[in-house]
Amino acid sequence: MSRPSRLGIASRPGRARRTRVLRKGALNTAGIVVFLLAVFPVFWMASTAFKPNTEIFSSTPKPLPSRPTLDHFDLVLNGGIAETSFWVYFRNSAVLALVTVVISGLLALLAATAVARFRFRFRTTFLIMLLVVQMVPCEALVISLFLNLKQFGLLNSLPGLVIVYVGFAVPFAIWMLRGFVAAVPRELEEAAAIDGASPIRTFFTVLLPLVAPGLVATSIFSFITAWNEFIFAFTFLDDQDKYTLPIMLQFFFGRSGNAWGPIMAASTLLTIPVIIFFLLVQRRMVSGLTAGAVKG
Amino acid sequence: MLDTAPVVRKNPGRKTSGTAGRPRRRPRLGPYLLIAPTLVVIALLMFWPMIQIGIMSFQKVGNRQLRGEPAEQVGTENYDKIFSDPFFWQTLKHTVLFAVVAVSLTLVVGTLIGLLLHQLGKRMSSFVAGGVMVAWATPPVTAAIIFSWLFGTTGGLVNWTLDLLPDWLVGGGWNDYNWFGTPLSTYTVLTICVVWQACPFIAVSVLAGLKSVPGELYEAARVDGSGPWRSFWSITFPILKPIFMVLLVMSIIWDFKVFTQLFVMAGMANRDSFNLSLYAYSEAFGSLNPKLGMGSAIAMVLTVILLIVTALYVRVMVRQGETK
Repeated sequence: MSRPSRLGIASRPGRARRTRVLRKGALNTAGIVVFLLAVFPVFWMASTAFKPNTEIFSSTPKPLPSRPTLDHFDLVLNGGIAETSFWVYFRNSAVLALVTVVISGLLALLAATAVARFRFRFRTTFLIMLLVVQMVPCEALVISLFLNLKQFGLLNSLPGLVIVYVGFAVPFAIWMLRGFVAAVPRELEEAAAIDGASPIRTFFTVLLPLVAPGLVATSIFSFITAWNEFIFAFTFLDDQDKYTLPIMLQFFFGRSGNAWGPIMAASTLLTIPVIIFFLLVQRRMVSGLTAGAVKG
Repeated sequence: MLDTAPVVRKNPGRKTSGTAGRPRRRPRLGPYLLIAPTLVVIALLMFWPMIQIGIMSFQKVGNRQLRGEPAEQVGTENYDKIFSDPFFWQTLKHTVLFAVVAVSLTLVVGTLIGLLLHQLGKRMSSFVAGGVMVAWATPPVTAAIIFSWLFGTTGGLVNWTLDLLPDWLVGGGWNDYNWFGTPLSTYTVLTICVVWQACPFIAVSVLAGLKSVPGELYEAARVDGSGPWRSFWSITFPILKPIFMVLLVMSIIWDFKVFTQLFVMAGMANRDSFNLSLYAYSEAFGSLNPKLGMGSAIAMVLTVILLIVTALYVRVMVRQGETK
């Protein structure tokens, strides 16, 4: 093949168009392959959840259930998998996550305002500290947190778990929120101050409404962290009626390893809310995580 | 992607402005009050427990201490024990090897997907990105269970597929191959699972970075006769280097301490497949005779390794002006 000259594209329009179409086709095909590979495990989970047992263990697996059934969901939802009803675990997870969101959101909003609006001594130290604590392995801290909670009688209790979750959600929430706070024009607050609003009133009537979208994004992130969390809940909770959904799922998986239908039904129920939430906020999450690197 | 980042940068020369520029303000209490609650939370839930791990790693903490007896100082005994135990070195080897393989695969696959997303049309790109997000959003426990099912012995899709493929290509007898029988095969499944979940983050971050590279650069390179491979290494990579640094360090940290997925897949009984965090956990909580001191010593080793990596991360972030 001859090397295309610089003017080659202009001189052979037909061929160039063909190359472009081919290129586009190849790219789109690659895109679809990536899409399929990425969603396949989740698809297979949901598909298995709707299959009757004969199809799950069939010697020729099919992608979709030919006779879809809700039996597995029925078993999971109506208390066939453990002594306690599914809704108890669901409530535990939801309450835990919501309380974590509210407390960590409040703390993060205060700290993010401090970091974005004020220059003060130790500000940089504080920011570096936030970076460092995000990297602290909770797999290590679980040992001493276990002993501390035990000492205060907070083991095997949801409030104890909330405290720990807040600690792990706050640093990232601040990191993410401070960008949103900084994006609010300072003049708005100054105008409010000139009009005689107190700093607290300015905060609630000017800053808070404008930061609200950021707060929502951050909250959903904290929600997902708490909703998915495994190791602390697994270690600190003893009573079955205090388990969260991931613990219930793991417990059920460990006990009845081959009941794939109900296991996949339970997994689906745990996963779908997270995926929906996640798709809602993912863009903001990425910008929060790598904002510094991206803005170049 | 850029909308949240503060665009205005203070110029470096403002150090002198303390006296000359705006009038000096007296130090105010405001910001300190605002960060005080966070500081308390972090001190109580992160710093103090971290110090406790350090203290406990020189102690014997077991059932008697859990009942309230004071801990027994044992000096470096815990460390002596683990460093002379070949099992510890095996778990360390698993941890490091897994991190090396998983981090490289995650970065390569994630970058390729990011480049692909950048090349696709707008609609197709957000369609594929949405699909890739699903993998990221899946809770780790669910991901581990799904992959246990895919690689399962009875009805597992992977074994079924491998059995269909011609024997000269993949060998025979796959039908009841137990993927969770040996450390190597367990870690193979774990790697696929972790890479599947982690590369979307890389892909989306790389995509965000690519959008900030001026298109004219590629145009100029193309006019000068440079191919895609060359363009990537002489334009994309140098410009995105800060992003890659951050992604590299984050991936190393995440993969070094992987716990949930391995715990769900292999379990506590499967000691041969332990990594450092599972080993620490099993020493501390895994038996009726908990050895929290030993667990702390192993956790300290893991933490020190991660702190070194974190120091690197902080350096990169500070240099990029992230903490300004």
